[in-house]
Amino acid sequence: MSEEARVQKDFTNAPLCLSGKGVTKIFGFGNRRTVAVDHVDFEFHEGEFVSIVGESGSGKTTLSKMLLGLSNATEGEIFFQGKPRDISSGKKKREYWKGIQAIFQDPFSSFNTFQKIDTVLLDCIHMRGGKNLSKQEKFDMMTEACHFVNLEFRELTNKYPFELSGGQMQRLMIARIFLLKPKILLADEPTSMVDACSRATILDMLLNLRDEIGMTIIFITHDIGLAYYISDTVYIMEHGKFVEYGKADEVILNPKAAYTKRLISDVPKIHEEWDLSTVDLKAE
Amino acid sequence: MKNTLRQVFHSSKFVGGFTIFVLILLTMIIYPLFNPGNPLQQIGVGTFAKPGTYVNLYDATKAPTETFRLEDAAEKRMANSLSEEDKVAMVEWFTAVEADISDLDTSDTDKMLEMWEQYYDPTVKPKGMIRAKINYYKRLDNALKELGSGDTVIIADKDETGALVETKKILDTDYVNTNAVANVKSLPLGTDNFGRDVLKELVSATGTSIRIGLIAGIVATLIGLTLGLLAGYVGGFLDDFIMFITNIFTVIPGFVLLILISYSLGQEQRGAAVVATVIGFTSWTWTCRSVRSQVISLRNRDHVNLSKLSGHSLFRIVLTDILPYIASYVVMAFILQVSSGILSEAQLSLLGLGPKTTEVPTLGLMMNWAMLYSAHTNGSWWAYFPVILTITLISFSLNLMNTGLDQVFNPTLRD
Ligand SMILES: Nc1ncnc2c1ncn2[C@@H]1O[C@H](COP(=O)(O)OP(=O)(O)O)[C@@H](O)[C@H]1O
Ligand SMILES: [Mg+2]
Repeated sequence: MSEEARVQKDFTNAPLCLSGKGVTKIFGFGNRRTVAVDHVDFEFHEGEFVSIVGESGSGKTTLSKMLLGLSNATEGEIFFQGKPRDISSGKKKREYWKGIQAIFQDPFSSFNTFQKIDTVLLDCIHMRGGKNLSKQEKFDMMTEACHFVNLEFRELTNKYPFELSGGQMQRLMIARIFLLKPKILLADEPTSMVDACSRATILDMLLNLRDEIGMTIIFITHDIGLAYYISDTVYIMEHGKFVEYGKADEVILNPKAAYTKRLISDVPKIHEEWDLSTVDLKAE
Repeated sequence: MKNTLRQVFHSSKFVGGFTIFVLILLTMIIYPLFNPGNPLQQIGVGTFAKPGTYVNLYDATKAPTETFRLEDAAEKRMANSLSEEDKVAMVEWFTAVEADISDLDTSDTDKMLEMWEQYYDPTVKPKGMIRAKINYYKRLDNALKELGSGDTVIIADKDETGALVETKKILDTDYVNTNAVANVKSLPLGTDNFGRDVLKELVSATGTSIRIGLIAGIVATLIGLTLGLLAGYVGGFLDDFIMFITNIFTVIPGFVLLILISYSLGQEQRGAAVVATVIGFTSWTWTCRSVRSQVISLRNRDHVNLSKLSGHSLFRIVLTDILPYIASYVVMAFILQVSSGILSEAQLSLLGLGPKTTEVPTLGLMMNWAMLYSAHTNGSWWAYFPVILTITLISFSLNLMNTGLDQVFNPTLRD
C-alpha cells in the first residue's frame, strides 16, 4: 500500500444504489426490548466506498443483516437502485443477492466446515449462470479468482476452508466476491479477526476489487482511523442512530457530534499527515 | 468426516459397545444356521426342563457299551442321588447322636457318607425321634448301600407266553458313547413352560427385539428430526404449532400413551412391526426438542447466511449447512431411541400389551411367559435370567457406544 492518500471523489450526484428511510430494528419486547437500529436514513451511491463506524453494540451488524435481506426491518423501507426493494419470495431474494454480497467478520464461522473450497467457489460460478461451462473453463475461472487474492487454487482443491489460516480464509471470501461481481459489497469488520499483516493485504484487495469491478463497498468498522484512510463517505453510528455523516475528510477533520470527537480522540495520530507507509492499521 | 470416524473408532468406550453389539448381531445371524427351525416349536411335553444335554434312554440301552472302571464313579452316583432333603436329614441325625458337625460341609458328599458310616447305627434310637423318622433313616441307609454296591439293572422282554425273559444286563461299569446314541438333544438353557428350546427362542427373540428397537428408533428419529428441523429453521407460526404438539406429547407420559394406543389396537392388530411403530410414534419428542434448539442456534450462523447469499434453496441449506452440524446429535439420539425402544417393548409385553404372542418371540414376551408361569418362584432361572441378561447387554452396549460418541463430539467431557 504505497500509493498516495486516496482522492475522495464527490458522489452526491452519482446514481443511488442502496438507500433507506426510517429503517428500524427492534429485538424482543417488554423489558427485554432492544432498539438495535433506530430510524436511520442513508443513501449509498454507485461506486462509493462508504464506511459505517461505531462502537461494538451500536447496531452495525444488525443494520448490515437488514441491508443484505437476511433479516426483516421492524420499520422503514430500503430502496435498491432507487426502487423499493422487493424480496418477498425466495426467487426475488436470490435475484437480489446477485446484486449484493457480503464478507463477514469471523472467517472461521463463515464457511461450512463440511464443504470443500472447490464447492464454495463453484457455487459462485453457478450463481452467475456458469453451470454449463466446461470443467476447464470453471477451473480457469477459479484459478484466476484465487490468483487475484494471492492464493494458488491448485493447492486448495480438495481442501477444507478450516485448513487455511484466518487471513487466507478471508482472502478466499474476496475471491468469492471476485467471481460473483456484485454491485454492492457489504464487508462487516472483515479485518478485525485476522492478523495485522493480512489486514493490510485484505484492505488492499478490497480497494483493487472496487477499481476492477466498480462496485459500491459498504465497509463496517469500529476503527475511525481506518475509515478515514479508505472511504469516500462515513456514517457514524451511536446506539442505533446515525449521529453524523458526510465526506470522510469533512466528518473526521471537522467533527460535529461529541461521539465522533470521542471516537477520533481514541485514535492517536489522527490529525497528523497520513503517511501510508507508516499507517498503523492495527489501531485498536 | 474421515477424521471424525477415526476419532470415534479410537474411543475405547465406543469400540467396546460396538464390539458387544456386533457380537450379538453375529450370534443372531450365525446361530440359526446351526440350529434351524421354528423357535416357537414345542419340543418338550411338560414344562421347564433343566438346562443340559439330554440322551435318549431308549436309544442308550440299545447302543453298544464299553467297560470303564472309573474310581470316582460310585461316589458321583451317590452324590447325584443324594437329594438336599436327604442331606438335611443326615445332618439332623448327626446332631441327634451328638456327633461333631462344627466343620461339616454338606456339599462334600464324600465326607458326609464317611460320617454316615461312622455314626449311623440302626439299633440306636435317639431320644424323641418318632418311628416314621427312624424308618426313613433305615430306608436311606439301605439306598446308600445299594448305590455303593453296584447292582446290575436287568432289561427283560415278554416272550410269547408272557413270561419275562432277560434280554440285556446293564452293569455299573457300562458306558455308551453319546455319539453312538441315535438321539441326543443339547438344551444349554433348557426349555420354557411350553417346552420350547429357550436358547433358540432367546436368539430369535433378541433378533426381533433389536429389529423392534431399530424400527422404533428410525420412526422416532425421522419424526423428531423432520419436525425439529422445520420448527427450528422455518420458525414463526410453524414453530409454535409444532412446539404445541410436542408439548402435548411431552405432558402425557410417553409410556401411558404407549399403553393406551397398544390397548386400543387390540391383540390381533399388534404385530412386532406395529408395536415398534407405536413405540417410535410416542418417543420422538426428545429428538424434536434437541434438534430444534440446535437448529435455532445454527440458523443465524454466518455460514448459513453465506449459503443463503449463494442462492441455495431452503432444502439444500437444511441438507448441507444444518444437517451435518447436528448429525452427531441425531446419531446419538437414534442410538438412545433404539435402546429405549427395546426396553419399552419389554415393559409393554410384561403388561401383556406387546406383540401378539403366536408369531414371533420377543425378549419382552419371553419375560411375560416366564412370569405368567411362575418361573421366578419355581426356580426355573433359565427361563428369565438369560433374557434379562440379554436386555442388559444390549442396553449396555448401546449406551456405551453413546457415551463414547458423546466424548468425541462434546470434548468437554474428555478427561
Ligand atoms: N438476535 C438478537 N436478539 C436480540 N438482540 C440482539 C440480536 N442481535 C443484536 N442484538 C442487540 O442489538 C444491539 C446491536 O448489536 P450489533 O448489531 O451486533 O452491534 P455491532 O455489530 O455494532 O457490534 C446489541 O445491543 C445487541 O445486543
Ligand atoms: Mg458486529
